[in-house]
Amino acid sequence: MVREVAESCVDSLLTEMVASYCNRFYANKPELAARRIEAIGYQVGHQLSERYTMERPRFSDHLEAIKFICKDFWTELFKKQIDNLKTNHRGTFVLQDNKFPWLERISIDPSTDKVNSAEDDSFTTAENKAASTISMHLYYPCGIIRGALSNLGITCAVTADISNLPACSFVVRVKA
Amino acid sequence: MPPVAPRSGDSIFANLEHMNAELFTLTYGAIVRQLITDLEEVDEVNKQLDQMGYNIGVRLIDEFLAKSNISRCVDFKETAEVIAKVGFKMFLGVTASVINWDADGTSCSIVLEDNPLVDFVELPDNCQGLHYCNILSGVVRGALEMVSMKTEVTWVRDMLRGDEVYELNVKLIKQVPEEYPYKDDE
Repeated sequence: MVREVAESCVDSLLTEMVASYCNRFYANKPELAARRIEAIGYQVGHQLSERYTMERPRFSDHLEAIKFICKDFWTELFKKQIDNLKTNHRGTFVLQDNKFPWLERISIDPSTDKVNSAEDDSFTTAENKAASTISMHLYYPCGIIRGALSNLGITCAVTADISNLPACSFVVRVKA
Repeated sequence: MPPVAPRSGDSIFANLEHMNAELFTLTYGAIVRQLITDLEEVDEVNKQLDQMGYNIGVRLIDEFLAKSNISRCVDFKETAEVIAKVGFKMFLGVTASVINWDADGTSCSIVLEDNPLVDFVELPDNCQGLHYCNILSGVVRGALEMVSMKTEVTWVRDMLRGDEVYELNVKLIKQVPEEYPYKDDE
């Protein structure tokens, strides 16, 4: 029987992991916090894709591997597939999830809403702060995707684009 | 003792959204591993895992009370039973039991025979001082503090260290009286 836990266990753990790295361990060094969070994701992605591909034949090309991430891998994690996959056929793939579950319950520190927009500087700061809070939560899934693909023999860089919330696009750039 | 409804966490667990435990187990493992790399000292890792657990417990108690339908526990004894039978079941899908009560009912052990955090885990020789599941003791402490009970939670037995079960000692330090009236109700 497959062992199950309540979804809130994973949600709580991820929230606390991001908070610990950003506010306690590397409070003034967001780049370092980001790198650690991504590394945790990488490790997990690497192990998960090893497990989920145990019974499969080798993927014939990059597109096949990416499709596996979009379908089977995503379904194991989120009980749904990636909604849209685009590629330029030159090593860049864009995986769009129209409603990415891990962003659904994020709220931004309310103090950032009260900024006087006349003061351009502080407005930008608040906007940046909101964006960086969200992006801190995206290093983990980016790491998972990079780790999973790396286990399938694909070296790549993964970034996330959230210009269309609650949709989230993961951009995979395969390294030649 | 009045009956607590429901008696076990099974039905609540069935009603909650759950997921394959692998992601949870592997994520926790990767966090512990990263903490060991970053903090270097095993004692410091234990401390930080406990702190993370505490922060989670402080929030998780809300979900527990909202979804478990538990009425007020009359004493610490009943509280410990509810944590073991309902709390662990509801979130982790495992049942725990309560043993070793002291004479005045302020200290007991919660015993787990199984625990999803440790699937696939083996402690290497250089991590023997690590309390791998320390996040759990933090969760229990944090959650109890939110219902006015200051506790000390320590590991007595640990399967990763060769024991037969996981045993958490929960000791009630003090019961903080609730303060009325609550300001939000004014």
